[in-house]
Amino acid sequence: MTETTEIAPRRGVPLWAQIIIWVALIGLLAMVGVTLSKRQQGNVQPGAAIPSFTLPLFKGYEYQGKTEVNLSEFSGKVVVINFWASWCKPCEQEAAELQGAWVSYQLSGDVVFLGVDYVDTEPEARVYLEKYGITFPNGPDMGTRVSQLFRISGVPETYFIDKTGVLRFVQIGPFSSVQAIKSVIDPLVAE
Amino acid sequence: MQRILRNTRIAILLILVLAGLLAGRAIAQGGFPTDDDVNAVAKQLYCPVCENTPLDVCPTQACAQWRDQIRLQLSQGWTEAQIKQYFVDNYGARVLDEPPRQGLNWLVYIVPPVVILIGVVFVFSAMRAWKKPVKAAPAQGPSTEAPADDYVARLEEEIKKRN
Repeated sequence: MTETTEIAPRRGVPLWAQIIIWVALIGLLAMVGVTLSKRQQGNVQPGAAIPSFTLPLFKGYEYQGKTEVNLSEFSGKVVVINFWASWCKPCEQEAAELQGAWVSYQLSGDVVFLGVDYVDTEPEARVYLEKYGITFPNGPDMGTRVSQLFRISGVPETYFIDKTGVLRFVQIGPFSSVQAIKSVIDPLVAE
Repeated sequence: MQRILRNTRIAILLILVLAGLLAGRAIAQGGFPTDDDVNAVAKQLYCPVCENTPLDVCPTQACAQWRDQIRLQLSQGWTEAQIKQYFVDNYGARVLDEPPRQGLNWLVYIVPPVVILIGVVFVFSAMRAWKKPVKAAPAQGPSTEAPADDYVARLEEEIKKRN
């Protein structure tokens, strides 16, 4: 009988190391999954309650003398939030229409227009505002916090919030007329 | 006397030349930032709108505006760190080419090297095992060998009978 060299069973990875590796792997996959699912959510949809946020305002575009506004202070009013940028060509198509709509509601006090300048530079933003004679409150979206709250996919996008703070209508792309804007706002004001 | 005068003139000339060089350097430092100066900062930032496009090569109007913003800030004496912080404050941390080293962002810097290290350890261990099989430990006593010997002995006896 010949002698054979037997191979002893190798010791595997210790159980504690296996647990740590699997937990870390699952944790990383979970993080990737959450991030991907957030990206696929799309814009905030009508029916969602919009959490409060603070928007600093450009000098000369304040609201009742305030240099920043919080959404919560507009409870009881219809709020129109328009995301725009000076480098955005489609935004130019609706700038005058938005200003026209604002003028028609300004005196009543039932509607507030807020312009949110998305990833822009202030000098160019001011040129844009002056070019189209915009007078409603406007401010920069610092750190893109407000646009991330609404999960916008681009500009221009306009969000209409009713008197109870619920999102009621989303316009992706520019409005074509003042009437189109008013057709969204008037029912909300009448509620 | 003439030598003293000549040396004095040479000294004055040297002083004037040195002063001119230093003044020229001062003018260059306080001058308008060059495209290279701007791009040195811009290449560390990403376009906030067009994904995965560094700011120094982004061709859009918006990117040109942001590069002008950098140029203005450099001419005002802002440091690179201040400019990058300005962009983070205005457009979010995603504009940076490297995630800021804080909070969960540390995972980006720690996980890849750790995973690679673990992989190297595994591969190294596996290669060692492939090269040298481990010899079995010697038998504990006669009881483990006796059954095999007995079986072999009976087998050989049966073979002899048949032959």
